[in-house]
Amino acid sequence: MSNAASIRASKSNSILADLMSSKGQAVLLMLPPAFLLFTLFVALPLFDAAYYSLFKWNGYGTPTDFVGLDNFRQVLNHGIFWQSVRNTLIVLAVSLFIQLPLALGLALMVYEKTPANTLFRLVFFLPYILAEIASGLIWSFVFDGNAGVASALFKSLGMNPVFILADRHWAFLAITLVVLWKYFGFHMMIFVAALQSVPKELLEAARLEGAKRWEVVRFVQVPLIGAAIGVSAFFAVVGSLQLFDVVIPLTNGGPSNSTHTIVTYLYTFGLTRTRIGFGSAVGVLLFIAAVGVSIFYQRQTNRGSK
Amino acid sequence: MISARLIPQLARLAILLIVVTFVIGPLTVAVFGGFKTNGELLANPFGIPSHWNTEFYSALLNDPGFWKYLGNSLIISLSTVVLTLIVAAAAAYVFAQIRFFGSKMLMSYLLAGLVFPFATAILPLFIKVRDFGLLDSYWAVILPQTAFGLSLSILLFKTFFEQLPKELFEAAYVEGCGYIRFFWRFTLPLSTPILATVGVFAFVQSWNNFLLPLVVINSRDLFTWPLGMMQFRGEFLVEWNRVLAFITLTILPAVVFFVAAQKYIVAGLTGGAVKG
Repeated sequence: MSNAASIRASKSNSILADLMSSKGQAVLLMLPPAFLLFTLFVALPLFDAAYYSLFKWNGYGTPTDFVGLDNFRQVLNHGIFWQSVRNTLIVLAVSLFIQLPLALGLALMVYEKTPANTLFRLVFFLPYILAEIASGLIWSFVFDGNAGVASALFKSLGMNPVFILADRHWAFLAITLVVLWKYFGFHMMIFVAALQSVPKELLEAARLEGAKRWEVVRFVQVPLIGAAIGVSAFFAVVGSLQLFDVVIPLTNGGPSNSTHTIVTYLYTFGLTRTRIGFGSAVGVLLFIAAVGVSIFYQRQTNRGSK
Repeated sequence: MISARLIPQLARLAILLIVVTFVIGPLTVAVFGGFKTNGELLANPFGIPSHWNTEFYSALLNDPGFWKYLGNSLIISLSTVVLTLIVAAAAAYVFAQIRFFGSKMLMSYLLAGLVFPFATAILPLFIKVRDFGLLDSYWAVILPQTAFGLSLSILLFKTFFEQLPKELFEAAYVEGCGYIRFFWRFTLPLSTPILATVGVFAFVQSWNNFLLPLVVINSRDLFTWPLGMMQFRGEFLVEWNRVLAFITLTILPAVVFFVAAQKYIVAGLTGGAVKG
């Protein structure tokens, strides 16, 4: 805007000029804190991970021992890494194919707004807000072969108590049970919110046409909450990829490293042994997996909305 | 006709009660376990205690270390909440109100945190925190935690701010009210529901966080309660009753808090889930 123009301008234009400066101030004052925090503690560490993954480095001084892709080669040749990938995939499969249908079934039972349903929903959701670490610890007592509920159960069946968490065949199954316990209420809640937003008239119409209860579910309700199911599946996958807290108090990755997830693997073999380069390589692989999942998810939702 | 409707209803109720038992069972085991002697715990792990021993609970309540853990967690969580609310709301306000060159790109950048797990960058984060000289301090937990929560918080705030009536801002700016003053005087006071949701969410995340404090905190004086709990577990390996008492005492405030704030927690989840 030229000088002459602003002199000729009436009051409204000078307000505009004020606004411009107030606008500028707002941008310059209100954005940098978020930008700075995010850059320093999220973005830069991510780039660092990619950089460090090319070095053999114990974290002291600066990384100088450039090894190219050797860390990745080591990770990919490590049997325990593949075991941790397998375990992560097991959690993922259980989350998607057991937990989600279970959560959907329960959501269909309690989505209607009655006081009793509200109470059920609250109870089912409760484990989600408890700390993973406390949940894991409680369950490690439940599974304890000496004192736990499981041991009492075995004894009452006249069997010798099995140390579930120390048993290679059972330990990881036990972990997935705890994951189920902890997170099904979260997915149920997403489904409940979606089901409540389905217009009642549609259900009425279907019923008037003689649709049975399960037909209403199958052909009206489930198709209409497709987006929520997608969101829930996405959370299930990302959640499985970062499972850590629950595993530590339950098995700490044992027995003989058979129950690691990708993140406990990263922690155990990267951080506790101060192999920063190696651990960063695992982090990069995890990052690629997570981004892959997001891209896949976006593709699917875009296709769905067309 | 009556029985045809009654049977599905009974089946439904039976299933719901089984799930309730599955959810509540382990929790009651923990609460009761804290009242039992170790001997009784072995003989009767899941029943009601035959004698309500309060000594294990009171031992913890009289242990300054226990309160120290809770205090540390509280300081860190409250600071995280305050910082998250200020920083995220301010940024979201700019994105919601002001179009400027690069604003879209900048926002995609800040929202990128939604897609990848915290753990991917935990090692470089540890190095970064150490290089800043923050290792073993409250800030070592507060700052990265806030940073990682920003993406979701900004998204939630922005969606809410965009739904506020535009006329309000136009009226205020004719009166000569600038952007920043409008934010303080009008936007924030009108946004208490979303402030509560984001705040409660940040609090719960921080209160339960384990991986980050585990990596960046070493000295016992600064332990948050999850670290203290694992330490305690290590010290009382065979005394499950004490460990269960510890768990119960830390879970109890969480449950009370949850019942009080559940409206906001659920809103945050479904809001974030539907829009994200």
